[in-house]
Amino acid sequence: MNPIITRSLTKKFGNFIATNAITFEVLPGEIFGFLGANGAGKTTAMRMLCGLLKPSSGEAFVAGYNVYTQTEKVKKSIGYMSQRFSLYEDLTVKENIRFYGGIYGLSNQQIKDKTAQLLQKLGIEKEAGQLVGALPLGWKQKLSFSVAILHDPAIVFLDEPTGGVDPVTRRQFWDMIYEAANSGVTVFVTTHYMDEAEYCNRVSIMVDGKIEALDTPVALKSHYQADTMNDVFLQLARGK
Amino acid sequence: MANPIIVNGIYKNFGATQALQDISFEVKEAELFGLIGPDGAGKSTLFRILTTLLLADKGNATVNGLDVVKQYKAIRKIAGYMPGRFSLYQDLTVEENLHFFATIFNTTITANYDLIKDIYEQIAPFKKRLAGQLSGGMKQKLALCCALVHKPVVLFLDEPTTGVDPVSRKEFWEMLKGLKGKGIPVLVSTPYMDEAVLCDRVALIQKGALLEIDTPQNIIHRFPQRIWAVRAENMFALLLAIRAFPQTASCYAFGEYLHVTLKAGEADLASLQAYLQQQEHTEMKILPITASIEDCFMALSA
Amino acid sequence: MHQFLVFVRKEFYHIFRDKRTLLILFGMPVVQIILFGFAITNEIREAKIAVLDQSHDYYSRRLTDKLVASGYLITDQYLQSNNQVETAFKAGEIKMVVVIPAKFGEDFFHQKKVTVQLLADAGDPNTATTLLNYATAIISSYQQELELQNNLPLTINTTVRMRYNPALKSVFLFVPGVMTLILLLVSAMMTSITITREKELGTMEILLVSPLPPAMIIIGKVMPYILLAFVNAVIILSMGVGIFGMPIKGSILLLLLECVLFVLTSLSLGILISTVTNTQQTAMMASMMGLLMPTVLLSGFIFPVESMPEPLQVLSNVMPAKWFIIILKDIMLKGAGLRDIWLQTGILAGMTLFFLGISIRNFKIRLN
Repeated sequence: MNPIITRSLTKKFGNFIATNAITFEVLPGEIFGFLGANGAGKTTAMRMLCGLLKPSSGEAFVAGYNVYTQTEKVKKSIGYMSQRFSLYEDLTVKENIRFYGGIYGLSNQQIKDKTAQLLQKLGIEKEAGQLVGALPLGWKQKLSFSVAILHDPAIVFLDEPTGGVDPVTRRQFWDMIYEAANSGVTVFVTTHYMDEAEYCNRVSIMVDGKIEALDTPVALKSHYQADTMNDVFLQLARGK
Repeated sequence: MANPIIVNGIYKNFGATQALQDISFEVKEAELFGLIGPDGAGKSTLFRILTTLLLADKGNATVNGLDVVKQYKAIRKIAGYMPGRFSLYQDLTVEENLHFFATIFNTTITANYDLIKDIYEQIAPFKKRLAGQLSGGMKQKLALCCALVHKPVVLFLDEPTTGVDPVSRKEFWEMLKGLKGKGIPVLVSTPYMDEAVLCDRVALIQKGALLEIDTPQNIIHRFPQRIWAVRAENMFALLLAIRAFPQTASCYAFGEYLHVTLKAGEADLASLQAYLQQQEHTEMKILPITASIEDCFMALSA
Repeated sequence: MHQFLVFVRKEFYHIFRDKRTLLILFGMPVVQIILFGFAITNEIREAKIAVLDQSHDYYSRRLTDKLVASGYLITDQYLQSNNQVETAFKAGEIKMVVVIPAKFGEDFFHQKKVTVQLLADAGDPNTATTLLNYATAIISSYQQELELQNNLPLTINTTVRMRYNPALKSVFLFVPGVMTLILLLVSAMMTSITITREKELGTMEILLVSPLPPAMIIIGKVMPYILLAFVNAVIILSMGVGIFGMPIKGSILLLLLECVLFVLTSLSLGILISTVTNTQQTAMMASMMGLLMPTVLLSGFIFPVESMPEPLQVLSNVMPAKWFIIILKDIMLKGAGLRDIWLQTGILAGMTLFFLGISIRNFKIRLN
């Protein structure tokens, strides 16, 4: 069973249809780019998949669990990171890792091992006792991604993870995403950087609550006779 | 007449963090000048110093010949400013916002309508809607109208396109191009490197220090190395392989390609090709390309 | 001037479009008055007392009857000796013991002076104080009654405290208190929040960069709240008069002018808070902890200032609310004129100028 399956997933707010009958599947270990203009319904769709918002109609399964009835299990099998909120600035690096490990039910031993591994991988053993607020932005992003996949989730949702980050860190961040995907984690990512859309295995583009296009970047570009994903996006989002 | 914006040796610290170090540049008459850098580079701090909201620790700056410290009152009459966050009243309608900002600058919407006409017409259909219910792109257009409504002599736009989707970003830059015709010098900041080429001149800023000031073309021209775009079907494997190649100077993902520089430039190309051909990369392509501003930024900040 | 009017109109848009603020602004006074007026009253009905009548004459019996006839007290036990007082209290039912000395009637008429001892269970000081007040009031009215009958200056020794609230209606004490609290809340908390909201939204940056003088920004922001607070004061007063039959013995004009003065005092406090806070949340916390709590506790609204320990009594003097409550009570219940309350008025005016002075010194023409 694919890690994310939706069938005619719909969310209405009063008369407004935020997400209009979207149907798609995400394959295991895939990096799936979820694009769309502001207000196209990305955030709403993502919230439904994370079990934070109850759909109005349609079906959705995340990691094999029903998002209507098994939200607790859905939440246990996913990791989540957004640009806005990820780590507590007033806790140290170690305390943050401990906290997230704790809420995902890892044992003390597991947390200890994972912390050591993670600090070593990011090369921040020395900064383990520092407050997260004092770290440079790039480190924070990398750390929060590592924390989001600390409990080995089947799927990780990344909501504009690289906004405002400097170019080098942005790429190091994508290296981490590749690495996670390579080790079997399914990655579901939204972004406003169109060059990042090219890094995805497949990309969907939402316009006005509907998925207007879904394919590999190469196929999309040839279908819309465009040089870059940016052009594809502009054609779709403007041509409404 | 002196240049409309002159920044001279500005320093600013917040406690132990150095927000700005020795920043100097000038923006010329009718120029679209971009301040390009990631979050935390000090862009907003510099904007606040120039719009008289913060005091620099050292150095001086003038806006239209007026000193930002001593003549702050005069600057506040002539500057147009759009702060980084969306800063209009969400519970007022489009029209009410615009009217309010026109009035506090002692003018009316009609007095300078020709200046905002092109932009305002795009949001006019929604003029009775509350600003909070506009889409991100619409909000930015309204904010730009509000910053322009008093016909400012200098315009400061702090990250007007952050968090806005590519379509709205493109439209926003088209509007800025339109403004150039009206002769207003614009200082605009952005974290999106690809927007640099849309400016007349840019200053690249990282960690509070300027890396380079010039036209985007000149900056690209000065990029010291040959650069190649490489792709294959499995990009991650390719990335790891090229990074492992001893003669690689840098290798970063850029859209559908990897951008690669080599230690000995052209001389190493053949060995790279040979090295990659030994491995099983399918659909591999290597093309020489010209660097982008982002390549330059990364090379300069490394 | 046009700029200023547009600014004020914008403020009204903010207020009227935010349903929650409106509800707080106009729902709260009504709810508070009703809550305090009907439900949370410190009136005590049918409290059980014991009487130790060592005299057993006609006058002492009439005094005992009077105590019960008030409806506030029930004589639960008649004690025989001083030794029983302790046991009566320990049993827990009895809240107060009235000790009438031997030869009560005789002393009263011959020596023209007699002392009735009131013993209260101070384990619950609030109830004790109230009961003592009730009993003293009843005894003093009994004394007046006897005086009239005999036309002689006679004294039963107890201090008279409830003179201006003969019906012992607690709502008369609460209306001024609630009014003070609400004016403080609307004026101080709402203004500090509305100013910090502009800081949070980032619109303060644009306003500062505009040619508007900073003073005009502040005055424009607080102007609507002066009006709203005043409307609130009128609502509360009408409810007090209409529903609870509260008198306004003094001049209504003076009363309303004093309200305006207190609104200004609170606004200046609100502005002061907004100059030292940057987020709505801290502004709210500062108003709650720094203003409302001390006001409720120290202004004499709930706990009588007289029964506080010395240091707190001194501290209560810096509460603007204390002075305003005195002014309100004096005008409404005693019919005081400006001549009687000039001191309190002067103190409030002085505080307002002081707070405004600090705010102006603190106000920043820049961001930090």
